[in-house]
Amino acid sequence: MNMNVSRRHVLRGLSLLIGVAALPRQLFARATGAFQAKEVDQVMQQLFGDLPVTLSDQVILKIPSIAENGAVVPVTVSSDVAGVEAIYIVIDANPNPLSATFELGATSPADVSTRVKMGQSSMVRGLVKTSDGVLMAQQEVKVTIGGCGG
Amino acid sequence: MAVKPVKMRGKLAEGVAEIKALMPHPMETGTRRTEAGELIPAHFIQEVMCEHNGALVLRAEWGTSVSKNPYFAFKVAEAKAGDEVVIRWLDNLGETSEGRLTLK
Repeated sequence: MNMNVSRRHVLRGLSLLIGVAALPRQLFARATGAFQAKEVDQVMQQLFGDLPVTLSDQVILKIPSIAENGAVVPVTVSSDVAGVEAIYIVIDANPNPLSATFELGATSPADVSTRVKMGQSSMVRGLVKTSDGVLMAQQEVKVTIGGCGG
Repeated sequence: MAVKPVKMRGKLAEGVAEIKALMPHPMETGTRRTEAGELIPAHFIQEVMCEHNGALVLRAEWGTSVSKNPYFAFKVAEAKAGDEVVIRWLDNLGETSEGRLTLK
């Protein structure tokens, strides 16, 4: 028991040292709970608490409605709303629905693109957080070959 | 497996730089199995930091559902020729890599 504790302390100390050396500008803690959540409701609760989430055509979610290969589904989330603080991609039917978060600097345009894996057909949500609340766009995506097996 | 650098391209137009990046990485979910039935441990990029002339302009956190060899595009405001953009990632095993680009 004692050995375990001291080993853990040593490991933690080491990882802290490595972390500090490699990432001098790391500012925030990872949203671990939101990434581990298995239900969309839990993800929203972890990310936004009780903030209302509003469907808005000011959030542009670009994703194919039919994805032939679920392992590589291109997605873009952008918005012209002023003061976007962060962007989120959520895939309802994935084992962990939260796929990615993007925190923006004060001048950074709200426009990010990446590619995601989808295990099966699902609703996909692009969310944008401002100081006024959370805006969302969503689209159903049909997957013909799932992206988690191969 | 050796960590590979981030490949970057940038396009400058009217003060906004569009950056496109590719990050060679397995992005293992931790739920896949080998043919022998053994679980393949999770190995994925958790955090991506983007700097413009040394200032942090975007910080992303990723889960395991970002595709293998992630593609990532974003925009940088108030950009001009000669500016430097750096992308740096950290994965769940503590590995890091980066890419640098000078805007033209």
